[in-house]
Amino acid sequence: MSFERIVFFAFAAILIYAATMVITRRNPVHAVLFLVLAFFASSGIWMLAEAEFLAIALVLVYVGAVMVLFLFVVMMLDIDLATIRAGFMRYLPIGLIVAVAMAALMIMVVGPTNFGLEQIAAPERLGADASNTEALAMTLFTVFLYPFEIAAVLLLVAIIAAIGLTLRQRPETKYQDTGKQVRVRKGPDRVRVVSMPAEKKLELK
Amino acid sequence: MDTLIGLWDTFGRDWPYLATLIEILVKIVLIVAPIMLLVAYYTYAERKVIGYMQLRLGPNRVGPKGWLQPIADAVKLMFKEVILPTGANKFLFLLAPLITLAPALAAWAVFPFDEELVLADVNAGLLYILALTSVGVYGVIIAGWASNSKYALLGAMRSAAQIVAYEIAMGFALVGVLVAAGSLNLGDIVRAQAGGIFSWFWLPLLPLFVIYFISGVAETNRAPFDVAEGESEIVAGFHVEYSGMAFAVFFLGEYANMILISALAALMFMGGWLSPFHGWPILGPLFEWVPGIVWLFLKTAIFAFLYLWFRATFPRYRYDQIMRLGWKVFIPITIVWILVVGLAVVYELPWWFD
Amino acid sequence: MKAFIDYFRSLFLLELFRGLGVTGRYLFGKKFTLEYPEERAPQSPRFRGLHAQRRYDNGEERCIACKLCEAVCPAQAITIEAEPRADGSRRTTRYDIDLFKCIFCGYCQESCPVDAIVETRIYEYCFLEKGQNVITKDKLLEIGDKHEPQIAADIAAQAKYR
Repeated sequence: MSFERIVFFAFAAILIYAATMVITRRNPVHAVLFLVLAFFASSGIWMLAEAEFLAIALVLVYVGAVMVLFLFVVMMLDIDLATIRAGFMRYLPIGLIVAVAMAALMIMVVGPTNFGLEQIAAPERLGADASNTEALAMTLFTVFLYPFEIAAVLLLVAIIAAIGLTLRQRPETKYQDTGKQVRVRKGPDRVRVVSMPAEKKLELK
Repeated sequence: MDTLIGLWDTFGRDWPYLATLIEILVKIVLIVAPIMLLVAYYTYAERKVIGYMQLRLGPNRVGPKGWLQPIADAVKLMFKEVILPTGANKFLFLLAPLITLAPALAAWAVFPFDEELVLADVNAGLLYILALTSVGVYGVIIAGWASNSKYALLGAMRSAAQIVAYEIAMGFALVGVLVAAGSLNLGDIVRAQAGGIFSWFWLPLLPLFVIYFISGVAETNRAPFDVAEGESEIVAGFHVEYSGMAFAVFFLGEYANMILISALAALMFMGGWLSPFHGWPILGPLFEWVPGIVWLFLKTAIFAFLYLWFRATFPRYRYDQIMRLGWKVFIPITIVWILVVGLAVVYELPWWFD
Repeated sequence: MKAFIDYFRSLFLLELFRGLGVTGRYLFGKKFTLEYPEERAPQSPRFRGLHAQRRYDNGEERCIACKLCEAVCPAQAITIEAEPRADGSRRTTRYDIDLFKCIFCGYCQESCPVDAIVETRIYEYCFLEKGQNVITKDKLLEIGDKHEPQIAADIAAQAKYR
């Protein structure tokens, strides 16, 4: 068994363990942390497959940003496990149907009939100086330019929609105009000198 | 010596994997050990510089001029008890400091110290460093959560939001660099800056350079962006509950990160190992004998000093202003400047991008 | 126009650079640190440190047990017991000062009609065991004997202001 195989099986074992833990852990924070571990393991496997750009992008985007926000939200939530588990038996049949359907789909797509070295030949090894990033960019901005741009526009729409849905002006809340605060200069902006009439002498009776 | 090399060769032939492993380990130690020493003396330098700026002398009791102070601190921390708070998640609690320290050290693997002096000359070096520095935030978050303390959790929350916000600005600033250099390889980025001090990237990418460094200060949770620690508001933030060596590892991680950000700033915007007089008529040959690593060290030292200077000068930012600065000021500026750099590269406008 | 200038001022961080300039100048300024065991801060003759009891030149203790200091002490740190001595003079049999209670206000010294209890310039002392915080009459007299020239000089220096 070659060294790469050992590394592959190690990563695969970690990945499967972490993925199982994600759906079995009771504590949501632990589940998210195991998801992070799963991302790391799959990025290691991609690295073995010479897809270093994807591997690093996975860590950079998902581990570095998305999962941090996940963790952020999950830590703040007060999740009551009893209410979540309440409808377990009721939803079990439909859940099982969905699971079986998804498993069947996955087997149809990546099952033994059209997956494996017999069906698809192993890609040839890239040279040491072959740039994965450049190759990806070349296809992305030539062959797949329109899908890429459409995906970008869709994301933009999603961003604007999300902001539009959550943005609401609350009249009772007091806001600080930071721009105004930053623009304040020394002198007339901060201190106002007011001339007032001198106070009257107190008359003693 | 020759017999030693001969012995090593036979060893390499008999145990190829083991020999490679030992070779890599030796290289790692050769990089990590000086960095750890630098970290130790960086803490000393910080106390001295801040002391001097406040018209004090700083530590001067342990050893001549206080030179042994970091060692005394290290020994003290090593012998202190690591206290586990009740209700803390023991595994995560002890894992968190390591997660802070490990990326800061692992990032040096692709760092070119000189033309040929690099542990792993990776094509996607810049991406690798970005990915690793983004992992460091987990140390802070996990520490905050595993401590089972409200101050720690508040610190972790602040830090997480801040780091995610500034990472985007930092990433965009580096996108500008890689557009200008046309490569993700750190060595190639330096080579693209070949020439004297005015052909380095700091000049054409000045806004990105400033934003990169300020974001770096925010990323490392240093003053004036140290709301994650905020000792006047939330005691010490995410590491309130840490003591002894666990705290020391956090400390090492923070300073190793600062050195890393400084070194990256030197590499990406200040020409890395290049001499500032490279290619100049008289001064160029005059300084030819200085090894590149010395220039790199000097440039890194300038940025490391800036960190301390900032801390001695600026009061802590208010939290909402930090968010405003990151999202509403830095990110728009970087996007505009990436566009400018892109146009300049495509139309070969100035002499930097030939 | 003013808004425009202000905008560029904040964009180019001009105020921050000025702040950096200030700290940068102070980096090279003269340092005020007093390296304590080798150097000491100057003391006033009115310095209020550890207490002492004085004697007259003939060796007779000054304290006449009038208990004014005990009465004036705001922290009630002083405890005095008095009895006639064999020769009939009024003397203390016990004169304790609890240094944990004492706030070093100097009222005892002010109130003393015979300049018996004084506060010296000594400020470097420590207690290694429980109970050492209470200094007795013997100890007070011992301190006074040891530092009499300094104490006398300090009292003489302030005499015209009292």
